[in-house]
Amino acid sequence: MERDIVSLVEPDRVRREVYTDPALFDLEMRRIHETVWIYCGHETQVPRPGDYYAVQIGRQPMIMVRDKDGRIHVLYNRCPHRGNMMCGDRRGNTGGFFNCSYHGWTFQHDGGLRSIPMMESGYEGTRFGRDNPDCSMKKAPRVERYRGFVFASLAARGPSLLEFLGESKIAFDDMCDRAPEGEVEIVPNCFRVIQHSNWKIFLENQLDALHPSVTHQSTGRAAHEVEQEIARKAKKGTAPLSYHMLSAFATVTVDKWDAFQTLNYPHGHCILTGYMGLRPQDPDTLAYDKIMIKTYGQKRFEEIVGVNIHHVLIYPGLSVQSALQQLRAIRPLGVDRTLTEIWHFRLKGAPEPIYRRSLAYYNLVNSPATLVNADDLENFWKCHQGLASDGGDWVTFGRHLGRDIEKNGVVETGPNMGTSEAPMRNQMKAWVQYMQG
Amino acid sequence: MDLQHQVEQFLYRQADLLDRKQWQDWIDLFTPDGIYWMPPDATYQTWDGQPAIFAEDRNLMTVRMKRVLHPDAWSQRPLWETSHVVSNVVIEKKHKSGEIEVRSRFHMMELRRDDVRHFAGAYSHRLVKVKNQFGIKLQRVDMTNAQAAYDYVLQVWV
Ligand code: FES
Ligand SMILES: [Fe+2]
Repeated sequence: MERDIVSLVEPDRVRREVYTDPALFDLEMRRIHETVWIYCGHETQVPRPGDYYAVQIGRQPMIMVRDKDGRIHVLYNRCPHRGNMMCGDRRGNTGGFFNCSYHGWTFQHDGGLRSIPMMESGYEGTRFGRDNPDCSMKKAPRVERYRGFVFASLAARGPSLLEFLGESKIAFDDMCDRAPEGEVEIVPNCFRVIQHSNWKIFLENQLDALHPSVTHQSTGRAAHEVEQEIARKAKKGTAPLSYHMLSAFATVTVDKWDAFQTLNYPHGHCILTGYMGLRPQDPDTLAYDKIMIKTYGQKRFEEIVGVNIHHVLIYPGLSVQSALQQLRAIRPLGVDRTLTEIWHFRLKGAPEPIYRRSLAYYNLVNSPATLVNADDLENFWKCHQGLASDGGDWVTFGRHLGRDIEKNGVVETGPNMGTSEAPMRNQMKAWVQYMQG
Repeated sequence: MDLQHQVEQFLYRQADLLDRKQWQDWIDLFTPDGIYWMPPDATYQTWDGQPAIFAEDRNLMTVRMKRVLHPDAWSQRPLWETSHVVSNVVIEKKHKSGEIEVRSRFHMMELRRDDVRHFAGAYSHRLVKVKNQFGIKLQRVDMTNAQAAYDYVLQVWV
């Protein structure tokens, strides 16, 4: 298999089977998703003891749960007795302990066995009982949090979360630093949308600066027309910023996207720089700036709001728009089906209008009635259909090949080459490394 | 015509305009301050300042309409049809202002390429009479499957 993996990927192209072969998908789940750090959720999703959220890591159904001491555990959603799933809902509260619905074994929030009905009479002289770790719920070997964001790894050994994240941790710093209180809290709603395509097609699209002006021009044009109409009617007024975010798909033409830059890091993580005009001088922004300057001082404030990030991709499962406080986590369901879980966060201590501004983007772009992603998902489906055919063997990633600038393992796209396919090349480089085991 | 009958005819027309893709006529059913709202969950009390599947005034409705009518709205290229059935129409309240609150049930079947999906739930309408015609101040759509994972997305109003 090792030799096969290497033969699937060339510097500027990838075999189509990488996206369509179920055997490769299984190997990906084992060697990538069920090995590396995967985002489970934010600690404010489970504020009280016993609160839990179900989360899929690779093919494994897991539960993220809060215990009485405030610790967060990630457990396999499975009873060690006869294998019954422990929590049947997506979220809830277990009460003081887990209680299996089949024969009533109970477990502490850290998964440890608490009681078995009639344990003494039933299990005396057997190997089953409190001393046997196999009678407890199995835990994810490693769980770590960074600035409230919880990750788990199903491998006992490997880089720490911070080593794994490397520079991509800026996704969480940029998000939290923009809060006057230095942290964010979850907006308690998850939009879930299923894509009929391989998970990598979504990730490759996230930093694809060549696609927005083509894929999203209908929405860009429509929003631009209405934006102008609103401004005309309001005489000197302007349309809300949300129109600008949408019309940018038409007004930022393909050549302008080249002015952006991508930064490509080890482990497949990538950043797209660019800001989409989020620092206007309206009264809401100025009120927010004032609170931020009071909290952080002018110099630190300038640093924080000067961070110029459009998207951070944390390979292999998370796409973060830190300046808008939202993220999409992917859960591969099969070789051709991918679930996205879409969350929004509130900047603690920021005025309400600032929350509403990013909320507008969450609703218009990231809801199940999205004005934008509808066309992405259509392309993803079409891509997957094309790759499943014998019409060609390769996917090509050749744009601006050989013009990237490499410094200390970080690949930057060259000047005015923001549409370079460097992020896709970088992701495939990490894929090959992971897949070789 | 009695009020019950008028309201029913109005709700049927609302759904029929969607199924016939008469987008502008459908938008014109709304008052100038009218809102189309689909909350993610039936417990939501207001569309304002919260996550919403849809929360659109006439301007945003116009963006959505212009988008789907654009020749390069790629997701609109494939065959796409819907069929609504509206029923269980109950006038809940008549306000002194003339505004009335109506609840009803809907079922929408959608065909996209060869895939069929079903969406169903409750409509709550706040209607006003303007020049002897009803206008929609608020159309709230509580979908039974609002919290379910969406297999693909919703392109227009339900
Ligand atoms: S399977 Fe859980 S108690 Fe029997
Ligand atoms: Fe896109």
